[in-house]
Amino acid sequence: MSVAASLAQRSRWRLAEIVFWLAAFAAYFAPGGKQLLLNEIAILALFALSLDLILGYAGIISLGHAAFFGAGAYAAGIFCKLVLPDPTAGLLVAIVIAAVLGFATSFLVLRGSDLTRLMVTLAVALVLHEIANALPDWTGGADGLQGMTVGPLLGAFDFDLYGRTAYAYSLTTLFLLFLLARLIVRSPFGLSLMAIRRNPLRAAALGVPVHRRLIAAYTLGAAYAGAAGALLAQTTGYVSLDVLEFQRSADVLLTLIIGGTGWLYGGIAGAIVFKILQDLLSSTSPQFWMFWMGVFLVVLALVGRERLADGVRALVGRVVGS
Amino acid sequence: MSALETHGLAKRFGGLVATNDVTFRLEKGARHALIGPNGAGKTTFINLLTGVLPPSAGRVLLGGADITRLKPEARVRRGLVRTFQINQLFVDLTPLETLALAVGERLGEGTTWYRSVGGDALAREVDAIAIRFGLADVLDVRTDTLPYGKQRLLEIAVAFAWAPRVLLLDEPAAGVPAAERQDILGAIAALPADVSVLLIEHDMELVFDFAQRISVLVEGALLTEGTPQEIAADPRVKAVYLGEAEHG
Repeated sequence: MSVAASLAQRSRWRLAEIVFWLAAFAAYFAPGGKQLLLNEIAILALFALSLDLILGYAGIISLGHAAFFGAGAYAAGIFCKLVLPDPTAGLLVAIVIAAVLGFATSFLVLRGSDLTRLMVTLAVALVLHEIANALPDWTGGADGLQGMTVGPLLGAFDFDLYGRTAYAYSLTTLFLLFLLARLIVRSPFGLSLMAIRRNPLRAAALGVPVHRRLIAAYTLGAAYAGAAGALLAQTTGYVSLDVLEFQRSADVLLTLIIGGTGWLYGGIAGAIVFKILQDLLSSTSPQFWMFWMGVFLVVLALVGRERLADGVRALVGRVVGS
Repeated sequence: MSALETHGLAKRFGGLVATNDVTFRLEKGARHALIGPNGAGKTTFINLLTGVLPPSAGRVLLGGADITRLKPEARVRRGLVRTFQINQLFVDLTPLETLALAVGERLGEGTTWYRSVGGDALAREVDAIAIRFGLADVLDVRTDTLPYGKQRLLEIAVAFAWAPRVLLLDEPAAGVPAAERQDILGAIAALPADVSVLLIEHDMELVFDFAQRISVLVEGALLTEGTPQEIAADPRVKAVYLGEAEHG
């Protein structure tokens, strides 16, 4: 195979990808009022995708990614209340605000080990949480930001109680941002990130300006997280302090790890598994769902994702075969 | 004007002097070897040349321009490229991706985000490099599945992809099985004449085969420099190096 053909191969669409996206959009028409859950999945998927850009591609581990999610959520909420109720405009504002915050804090994660990065990202999120708590005039403080009246999508589609418009909005945003991410990670810039994650010293020895690329990647990941936060604020019409809480940073890291880092679909797969498990477990054992989630994660960690998937496949095969 | 020079280059780690007042010239198109026993400071010297470590004193000139304060990647961009003694390749990327990265960075495409890696110029160059280093038939496999000799060739190829003016080869044949050794020696011998090469090596056979000039580094300082014949005949070199151990 020629070099040009091999390179073209890297960005080819696979059938499974196309089927997945068609199914995701088809779910809009599904009856049964599952769109509220699907909307949550799409938002978590976008949030996990944003973490994949910085962890799976640039290799920056974060325990405070909710900082950007929360910044986006509050930006969208406050913009809606004070400036303009149009959701698309609010989404763009949230993306810009989160990107600015990401750029400003990217300098803190350039140096140091993974451990330093964990601490610094955690600290940034804690600081933001306290700032939001201390500014009740802007954020509503512990009561949450109330009185958001989100306008119709594109001026035409009202957000309904069943979450159909919300799901269509979140899924479309996820899809468009996914397309952009897919383009970016296969670009020369994306390739340089992959090299940096594997060996920053070697990447520098190949002429890659490591710091500048990491700043760009971190800013991009923050912008994506801000979009996810905006979607949550706009589709629920409410922002509370938990958008900035540690639990959210931890959940998104778990989500991404469940699905696997560094292939873009990990965040989406993880979000589907995480949210569906949460939904099933919390409806069957409301008090103990976190216990079963914990058991699942331990099994996943011990058995490994590939072997677990193989096992499920074999089990299904046996059941279907017999 | 020489390709690469150092003036009074020194590096101290606390009380330890790792590089001691080294003034060194690499001529244009040189085939120069740097030898010295283990712990002589060869690695520190390379790190000073490539900018991984800042010097305690002295200057580094590339093509007459002072690069002492430049970052490693900026030196690479000016044509000073190194290979690594132990493979530092991206194990789960393919040789194609590794070479495309280096060529792409050189073509100034590293910040391009809006299209896939590719393009005629890049594909042509990657192809030519792959053929030159005998990697054309393994471009699409994971790097860590390659035979060790091929990985060493990729180390050199990826440095060569930057079209270096000065190439620092750090023990390019170390650990390569005898059967694959000739490929590496051949690739080194076939480097274009206008590339100035500094070979840092333990393997005396390779050094005397390749080098037109040899510098000997002992305890961080240059002991002597000369043609292979002069070095082979120098009793001091024999005392500190050749006599001490054939292979360190």
